[in-house]
Amino acid sequence: MILKGRVIVEGEAIGEVIKFNKPIVVLGDVDERNGKILGKDIKGKIVVFPRGAGSTVGSYTIYGLKFYGNEPKGFVLEEAETIVAAGVIMANIPTVDKIDISKIQDGSKLKIKNGTVEIL
Amino acid sequence: MYLTKEEEKILDGELGEGYQKLMKILVKIGDIYNADRLIPIKSAQISGVSYNTIGEHGLHFLKSLGDVKVKVPTTLNPLAFDERYLKELDVDENLHRKQMEIIERYSEMGIKTTATCTPYYYDNIPKFGDHIAWAESSAVIYANSIIGARTNREGAVTALASAIIGKTPNYGLHIEENRRATHIINISFDLKEEDYPLLGLVIGKKINGIPYLRIRGSEDDFKLMGAAMAASGSISLYHIENFTLEYKNAITDEIEKLTIEKEEVESLKKDIDVDLVAIGCPHVSPKELERIAKFLKDKKKRRDVELWIFAAKSVWEKHKEYVKIIENFGGKVMIDTCVVVSNAGKIFHKIGTTSGKAALYLSKKKFGGAEVKVSDIYTLLRSVIE
Repeated sequence: MILKGRVIVEGEAIGEVIKFNKPIVVLGDVDERNGKILGKDIKGKIVVFPRGAGSTVGSYTIYGLKFYGNEPKGFVLEEAETIVAAGVIMANIPTVDKIDISKIQDGSKLKIKNGTVEIL
Repeated sequence: MYLTKEEEKILDGELGEGYQKLMKILVKIGDIYNADRLIPIKSAQISGVSYNTIGEHGLHFLKSLGDVKVKVPTTLNPLAFDERYLKELDVDENLHRKQMEIIERYSEMGIKTTATCTPYYYDNIPKFGDHIAWAESSAVIYANSIIGARTNREGAVTALASAIIGKTPNYGLHIEENRRATHIINISFDLKEEDYPLLGLVIGKKINGIPYLRIRGSEDDFKLMGAAMAASGSISLYHIENFTLEYKNAITDEIEKLTIEKEEVESLKKDIDVDLVAIGCPHVSPKELERIAKFLKDKKKRRDVELWIFAAKSVWEKHKEYVKIIENFGGKVMIDTCVVVSNAGKIFHKIGTTSGKAALYLSKKKFGGAEVKVSDIYTLLRSVIE
């Protein structure tokens, strides 16, 4: 199945899905030094969640994932608000939004290519 | 979003990677929020200053931007300490060094490094109708509501990008129609000075929109109310009948009505003995500093309660006579930092403050988890005198 969304950061990536059903409070929920979100490993994965929340300093936290070499291969979101949008551009991590994430299962395999998400 | 030829060139990298990256952020945010174009701004206020929050990676990002300079007057949010009080604020050498590196980096970009959440007193004063790009939610709501300037609630990075490009995407509160009230708030009781910050907390939790209030108070009362609203929720503008500058056109036909009962505010009040009285979240106004000094003159401080006032450096500098009275009393007037971003919440466990915003943060574990009492200036000061 192919879902069409909007490109936030261009790029292609294939990886295993780590999915969160609730908004992520980036400054707080994301551990950039250890590559974890709410305790789950996200390094090299494709991270799916509805949107970012909390302090806008969270954009730096997403950059921190890249800085410490712990970045995921991509992000898939319902809505990229200011915190995550600025963060993924800073870190240059392929990102797509405007996706109905209820169609994506945790643990499945995804391919992101520019504005599309393919469930493999 | 429409871009001028000049903007396209920056996006294509003609001015270098730093400018390109920041332009990319503004263009993408503009697309996300359906802005039609970028508009010039008069000033910026940047958050993401404390090393405690942006960390080594934040510093790295700032360095990676290379030789970029701000286009408009730009000021900074508070940092982790007042350099004169490193010991009192429990600042270790690493934090001190890294924090100064961040400040140095911002300074190289041409940013005024006075660090305050109230730049609107002396350092960065917008005018009615000015388009600005401010981060720091308490300054955003003050600038929109009390001054009538126009800013969205910018993020740490979008405000920096706007400062350097000199523009912001035209959406949200930059557009006249979006500044009308969404809710009329009826307050069913008379407000005392101590009630404003608590009322702000209640309203921020209840609505996500633009409240219209029929209440009386001072700019300082509304500053505390607004900061609390912006902290407990995401309100960036309020209107007050016969007081704020845009209330006359604020009411439309499709407005919701909401009543706040006395009990909702009363239930947030606490009666505890405090070990620190902290005033200045947001940083104190010249008037607040004056009220504090005049009250404390010739009074004697209790030994077991500390008094820390937080102010913009400029307010401290221009009103040294009041600072002196407070220091002679035994209080401290700290600059460039605040009770929330410093380690104060980890040093003291029972704190009295005029700030609903500080109460909200300090009571969280991450900031020390203190018990916090919110009250008015004179009641709090009475608990510091013998």
